[in-house]
Amino acid sequence: MNDTVIQVRDFRKTYGETVAVDGISFEVQRGEIFGLLGPNGAGKTSTLECLEGLRRADGGTLDILGVDPTRQARKLRNLIGVQLQTSGLPANMQVNEAIRFFCAYHDVAPRYDLVERLGLKDKQRSQYGQLSTGQQRRLALALAVAHKPPVVFLDEPTAGLDVESRAELHALVQELKAAGTSIILATHDMAEAEKMSDRVAILLHGKIVATGTPREITATGAGFTKISVRTEQSVLHQNGAAIPGVSRHLLEEDYAVYFSTDPGTSVTALLQYVNAHGDTLIDLRVERPTLEERFLEITGRQ
Amino acid sequence: MTAFVQHFTFEFKTGLRNSTLLFMNYLFPLGVYAVMGLVMTQVNPFFSDSLLPAMIIFVILGSTILGLPSPLVEAREAGVYRNFKINGVPAASIVAIPVLTTTFHALIAAGIVALTAVPVFDGVAPNRWWPVAGIAVLTAFTCSALGALIGVVAANNRATTLLSQLIFLPSMLIGGLMVPLNMLPEAVQRFAGLLPTAHAMQAFEGLAYGRATTFAPTVSLLILLTSSLLAFGMAIYLFNWDSRNQTRRGHPLMALVVLVPYLVGMVL
Repeated sequence: MNDTVIQVRDFRKTYGETVAVDGISFEVQRGEIFGLLGPNGAGKTSTLECLEGLRRADGGTLDILGVDPTRQARKLRNLIGVQLQTSGLPANMQVNEAIRFFCAYHDVAPRYDLVERLGLKDKQRSQYGQLSTGQQRRLALALAVAHKPPVVFLDEPTAGLDVESRAELHALVQELKAAGTSIILATHDMAEAEKMSDRVAILLHGKIVATGTPREITATGAGFTKISVRTEQSVLHQNGAAIPGVSRHLLEEDYAVYFSTDPGTSVTALLQYVNAHGDTLIDLRVERPTLEERFLEITGRQ
Repeated sequence: MTAFVQHFTFEFKTGLRNSTLLFMNYLFPLGVYAVMGLVMTQVNPFFSDSLLPAMIIFVILGSTILGLPSPLVEAREAGVYRNFKINGVPAASIVAIPVLTTTFHALIAAGIVALTAVPVFDGVAPNRWWPVAGIAVLTAFTCSALGALIGVVAANNRATTLLSQLIFLPSMLIGGLMVPLNMLPEAVQRFAGLLPTAHAMQAFEGLAYGRATTFAPTVSLLILLTSSLLAFGMAIYLFNWDSRNQTRRGHPLMALVVLVPYLVGMVL
């Protein structure tokens, strides 16, 4: 069984002389969360809008479950759900009205359960314009998934949300994924992308400059793993230990901090050094380079 | 069908729920009507002759030409139609449903005028009432379709105001609402032939009151009907779900095709 849900081949989008997307290709599998990352103007929005059927591609092919988004808009509408970054709802539309309205156009029964699930039960009769940013985004998500589409596009889904709402939304996204929904997540929040995405693609100047799992992407960079060590007698503060793999080190309060390209070897050597000098380890922290650091490295370099 | 009902219900409620629309649909036109009924009939006793049809047309103008276009532009700018498009709301529904609900609001306000003008403000009653209803429905639909067309082609709210006033102000001044058409200079009467309100007023005068008219009332009805269908069709054809979308189907100047029936009427 073919599990590819979205297939993008040599996709190209131009606006007059400006090339917004320059021949990118990627695939999204069933039940996969695919992060689309990139700075402003990288081509994320153009890619999403063409996949959502809002704009026509100027080259290449787009395919969502066998449907061409630009030519088969009618078939597409029940296959995708979209949580837009901007409001997209009339200010005076009530929460329950919005649910009834969109479910009616998708020809499904109103999903009031989602209103309750997303903490909007008390706001059922509130107008969209009266909701907080977080409530508006939760409603947008409810509307995007109300007709149980196999593909969901989330554009900055947690922007403006408090910690609790963000956690709730993440939990819902994970539920969707577990149910086999494929999700394209466009976000500027690298921590979110790293936490949520199975794979990510980093777009820059209309091209994909890195793709893979977040772990793969962070591993391929020149970024250093940060090793922080705290001991009882602070033996590492006193001596300039020569630790293999370490390119530089510094002192941060009670911690000796090392930046290593070979963390396994460095940690082993550090522990041996502490033991050999009769000191006792209190705390050891190993922090891999984050996706954000790798992203900044890639986008900064280019 | 469910989708149509949901959409229609929402849009109709919006006309009451949205304070700006409530003002344009009812408070402003009916307030002006009350003032005109109280003051103008005292200042100019002849105004009683045309109070009922003139004020029916005025309240229709308030909700349609003045009230309808701006919400369309605002919704487009806020990305509402973008969201609608993704969720399968057809362009025809996005245009047609506000036209229908605005027509309903306009007719409710017109009904209030029709019921009160004679007993409350001593307006002259028409000889026949059924043409009043028919002409009011046609005028409300024509003006709603024109309002929708303005909302569709206007690039922003400033353009909306300008285009709305291009119809509203001449309608008030030379459309036969304040001054009977036959009292205006001949050149102005010809120019008034470009206004739907002038034709609506002529239809009321001829068909409901049995008075002599400058334009043939049946031709005026035909002009209103043709222009309403043209405006409605062009509003759907030219509808653009997003101001950033560069691939709209036609140039906004194509909207001028709605003038054709009026120009033909002037020539004839």
